[in-house]
Amino acid sequence: MPRPNHGPNDNYEKAKDFKGAIKRLFSELNTYKILIIVAFTLAILGSIISILAPNRLSDLTDEISAGLVINQDNMEALNKKATENLSEEKLKQILPELLSPNLSENNIQNIMSDKSISNKDKENFQNILKQFNEDKEAAFKALSSLPNTILEKIFKETKYKGITITIKDKISIIKIGEDSKNINLSKNLQKIFFSEITIDGVKISAEDQYKYVKALGSLDENVDQSEIYKTLDTLPKSITKAIEPVMNMDKIKGITLLLVCMYLTSALFTYIQSICMTNVANKFANNLRSRISVKINKLPLKYFDKHQVGDILSRITNDVDMIAQSMNQSLASLVSSITLFLGSIIMMFITNWILALTAILSSLIGFIGMAFILKNSQKYFIQRQTELGNLNGHIEEIYSGLNVVRAYNGKEEANKKFDEFNSKVCQSNKKSQFLSGLMQPIMAFIGNFGYVAVCIVGAVLTMNGQISFGVIVAFMTYVRLFTNPLSQIAQAMTSLQSTAAASERVFDFVDEEEMKKEDNITKHLVTKDVKGYIDFENVVFKYDGNDEPTIKNFTAHAKPGQKIAIVGPTGAGKTTMVNLLMKFYDINSGDIKIDGVSTKDLTRENIHDLFTMVLQDTWLFEGSIKENIIYNRTNIAEEKVKEVCKEVGLDHFIRTLSKGYDTILSDNESVSAGQRQLLTIARGMIKETPFLILDEATSNVDTRTEELVQTAMDKLTEGKTSFIIAHRLSTIKNADLILVMKEGNIVEQGNHEELMKQNGFYANLYNSQFEE
Amino acid sequence: MLKLLKNLTKKEWIYAIFCVILIVAQVWLELKIPDYMSEITVLVQTEGSKIEDIILNGGYMVLCALGSLIFAASAGYFAAYIASEFSKNTRKQIFSKVQNLDTEEIKNFQTSSLITRTTNDVTQIEMLIAMGLQLLVKAPITAIWAITKILNKGWQWSAITGVAVLILLSVITTLMIIVIPRFKIVQKLIDKINGIARENLTGIRVVRAFNAEEYQEEKFGKANNKLTDLQLFNQKKFAIMMPVMYLIMYGLTLSIYFIGAGLIQNSVLADKITLFGNMIVFSSYAMQVIMSFLMLAMIFMIIPRAEVSAKRINEVLDTKQNIVPGSFDGDTKEKGTVEFKNVSFKYPDADEYVLENISFKVNQGETIAFIGSTGSGKSTLINLVPRFYDATEGEVLIDGVNVKDYKPEALNNKLGYVPQKAVMFAGTVKYNISYGDNGKGEISEDKIKQAAKVAQASEFIEKMDDKYETHIAQGGTNVSGGQKQRLAIARAIARDPEIYIFDDSFSALDYKTDAVLRKELKNYTQNATSLIVAQRIGTIMNADKIVVLDSGKCVGMGTHKELLKTCDVYKEIALSQLSKEELENA
Repeated sequence: MPRPNHGPNDNYEKAKDFKGAIKRLFSELNTYKILIIVAFTLAILGSIISILAPNRLSDLTDEISAGLVINQDNMEALNKKATENLSEEKLKQILPELLSPNLSENNIQNIMSDKSISNKDKENFQNILKQFNEDKEAAFKALSSLPNTILEKIFKETKYKGITITIKDKISIIKIGEDSKNINLSKNLQKIFFSEITIDGVKISAEDQYKYVKALGSLDENVDQSEIYKTLDTLPKSITKAIEPVMNMDKIKGITLLLVCMYLTSALFTYIQSICMTNVANKFANNLRSRISVKINKLPLKYFDKHQVGDILSRITNDVDMIAQSMNQSLASLVSSITLFLGSIIMMFITNWILALTAILSSLIGFIGMAFILKNSQKYFIQRQTELGNLNGHIEEIYSGLNVVRAYNGKEEANKKFDEFNSKVCQSNKKSQFLSGLMQPIMAFIGNFGYVAVCIVGAVLTMNGQISFGVIVAFMTYVRLFTNPLSQIAQAMTSLQSTAAASERVFDFVDEEEMKKEDNITKHLVTKDVKGYIDFENVVFKYDGNDEPTIKNFTAHAKPGQKIAIVGPTGAGKTTMVNLLMKFYDINSGDIKIDGVSTKDLTRENIHDLFTMVLQDTWLFEGSIKENIIYNRTNIAEEKVKEVCKEVGLDHFIRTLSKGYDTILSDNESVSAGQRQLLTIARGMIKETPFLILDEATSNVDTRTEELVQTAMDKLTEGKTSFIIAHRLSTIKNADLILVMKEGNIVEQGNHEELMKQNGFYANLYNSQFEE
Repeated sequence: MLKLLKNLTKKEWIYAIFCVILIVAQVWLELKIPDYMSEITVLVQTEGSKIEDIILNGGYMVLCALGSLIFAASAGYFAAYIASEFSKNTRKQIFSKVQNLDTEEIKNFQTSSLITRTTNDVTQIEMLIAMGLQLLVKAPITAIWAITKILNKGWQWSAITGVAVLILLSVITTLMIIVIPRFKIVQKLIDKINGIARENLTGIRVVRAFNAEEYQEEKFGKANNKLTDLQLFNQKKFAIMMPVMYLIMYGLTLSIYFIGAGLIQNSVLADKITLFGNMIVFSSYAMQVIMSFLMLAMIFMIIPRAEVSAKRINEVLDTKQNIVPGSFDGDTKEKGTVEFKNVSFKYPDADEYVLENISFKVNQGETIAFIGSTGSGKSTLINLVPRFYDATEGEVLIDGVNVKDYKPEALNNKLGYVPQKAVMFAGTVKYNISYGDNGKGEISEDKIKQAAKVAQASEFIEKMDDKYETHIAQGGTNVSGGQKQRLAIARAIARDPEIYIFDDSFSALDYKTDAVLRKELKNYTQNATSLIVAQRIGTIMNADKIVVLDSGKCVGMGTHKELLKTCDVYKEIALSQLSKEELENA
């Protein structure tokens, strides 16, 4: 799913060692080398195609624009040939024969005596007649100044080259020179003046040429181009065909096809590249998750004393997700962005360096502004994140302690604090939202600005004839190709930052020191052969980071079947004993022996097999009741499960559930705390071992269940050497050995009577219960 | 969703109108840009055009772009303002509402869910308003405006643009239909993986004791692979989106050019240049149309998420408050008495009563204890006193006045409540002990120290680095359970109440501390009445009156000794915890 750009929720966490983290990340990715190389190669190839495409597009535009302007050469040729026919030269040559005026005495007499003709015209006529003798050409020209009445008399219908020329025709001929805008020639005359010509393979008849000359002649001298084009459009086909702009449709089809292929290839590359990266990202995430999961079980228990569950969980989900997401989206896009960026710069310079400089400089102005905003906004994003954290913390605190808040009249104070945090969030929100919203418009502006700059400079160059229009079109795309990757690179870099931080956290966990390897341990105790002796010999144990050892020089001996009670106030370190017995922690000096064998010579796994452990926090997992009871044992028959449940008094309850032993346990199920405890006891019972560790705490359990639990616990201890963190005084009193702990130390040991006699800490503890 | 928009104030509505106007202006300018572009194109194409004209048009275009940037920025400012104010007000509303919700409702919602509703859900809607609303206004305006601009410029072009939009929408819709339901499953699988890891971590000792490491890893591996497979499926489908989008955009441009070539070819001379200009303009407007539809599609991906959030918020806001505060100021003649008169309680929709016909009275200075198995209703019973719940029938009287008549503050001033699970606030030890307002002015330092001493807390507080100024982390993660409980008790003591309510508040203490604490408390609060709920017989043996509850009914009332003789249930409980000998010794 596409993620919103520069969203306010972006993670601004920074890695401690960015370079190291990224290096590590890539070394981990080595397994997927081939896929990544394929993806990167395709990304680069795809980008190269994207860069090459604009030039083809510019070719296409050039081809199309070639079809805009009329064919100047043809038009000039046509002009030349057509107007030549009506030139004075030509007229001079053919006029005498063509007109063959009747200037006989008789006719002149006739005209002069005609009363309908004015004296002035007659005078003019006389002058022209005189001219005929001196300058024949000028005389012919002057004929046009005569009125039709005279002309009709001097012209006669004659034949020229076999074509009949009427009087009227003759009059129109002499008017040609007079009025070039209004030429009127009869068909016969057209045939005489124009002969069919061929321009660029197009035959143009005399008639069409006449129309062309007539149309163009009718236009004013300073008329604009579109007016000319309009006039041209009214002319016969043969003319337009000759001068019409020619588009090379074949070439256009060719370029289009090429572009379609390029786009398709580029899309295909992008697709394959995405698939590759998706595979890498998800498989890597899968690998990381399972490595973390495996790691959890390899870490020494002390790790979990210092680290919270939520912290480890967030590495499995959030951090791994972050890495996968950025691999899926940022990594390949970073490669293609850089290629696009560099490639478009190179292409721009190859195409035209002036325009290239224009595009880069004009975008640069915008980017400086953006970098400035980005830099400033970062602090508001961080601020928003902190403020929001404060607010959420407050909300969580108040909600989870709501009863106390109410009962202590703390609402007013809570509200006051809330308002304070809330308005701080609101303030930083306004700023960060505003700034993050600014990116998009600024990008658009940079694009437009670059476009205009390229257009203006490009126009100048076009007019000077240095480039074609297609180059401008290509540059319009280059400007986009050039500006987009920059913001993508910036985005990928921020996401890379968070990825570095996330991978640092993940690898920190994966690299955490593991428990000692136990490969060289050869001794092995078989469960059913173990008698049940445990000996503590001068055991010293110190928690990491503590100055003083928690257990100092402790010695005690437990015989098979004995009950050892561990007592002491809360926080006295009773669980330390459990930790040492189970070899969850290694002792610093001294020895713990099982049947005389040092636990140092036994694998943890072996030791665990010898112990049944039932703890106070009833740990059940989501799964059926059966699965919870059988937990990790094999070859346990269903009958055995039922038997055990009957023994602890759970059978009836389980059978009342809708699915019986297959009922799935989840958090809000109707299984009470006591029943949960019984389930863990049942789980312990099914594991037959010579030793037992039992945490007896029974608070928050209702009375009847508590009785059940206690009976079940008593059964559990039967025939086992048991270590019991005891709360029931009856248990304590019946114990063969009581270990009294205080502030982490075993301060007294012995049985009840002995300890009471000592009148020390134990006696005090015991008596306090019943003091009045 | 729309309902929540009512939360916008008049000012914000005006801002919203500004915002819309600004967006319209922005779109107007943005769509003017292609006009200038075409003008420039024509000028560049036509021979003899003057460079001044191109610069002039270019200048206009840059002005338009700048104007649109300014309008966009201002619109963005207003949107950010509205979104932030909206989320602030909505958050406040939810917060106030939650504070007054009935305890029952809070249980139904679950605290963690209420927290997400106040935080994440509000942020979701805020994001929609900040980004989405702008797009929601802008996209259709741009699309329609751009369409009208190009509609009459050639039906062939319009048709091909329509086809492109159709392909785009159908690709997006198909993807959505395939992938969105699977996204929900992804979330579930992530939760599952989280659950398995959490289970491994919380039960780390058990896992190791049972040598079940591989068992857990296998379980995790299965869920992990399932998640990976599904993610791969989803993302592979999504991988098709970008290439198709680019193909559509480039393909459309190409088609427009190709069709344009044909149109120009067949047109009369005079129209050719115009057609060419149109072609260039059309292709840029067509991009605008495509982008608008893309934006719309994106919004329709955000909206459902915000819709869900809005629904969740409204659920909280629409919850009816059943517990109505009274008006009595708490000035009573009687002091420290608590009386239940035939009190019955059941949850609103439940058939069964949690408490039935409970009656008792305690006087000043007396201690009354409640004992019974889980689910016997003892916690519910004492929760009726601070009105976390209201009695369904009967009356709960404090100092002779029904709790329903009290102003909540006045009632609370009489009470010192200590919950089962100690609550710690982020702040110093001092702050935690003197928390709240008891209507008697600020709690003095001496009083705090004294309270800590009585609560057996001074010893460990003195051992802390900064003593009473030591910072307690949120939720009290840096103090142990027993220490938390003692601090919570100290908090009640510092309040100097007439009546103490201890809701199983001693469970995390060891026997010795428990015993000493109660003894000290007794000495310190001679005149205060105590209500104690406990699991341990030892804790309550010495109470003046013990009420034994079984399935919501009072099955016995009296002192320890009396009850041992008369009440079977009590005897059973006592025997399960103490040996006969001990009981007799007591």
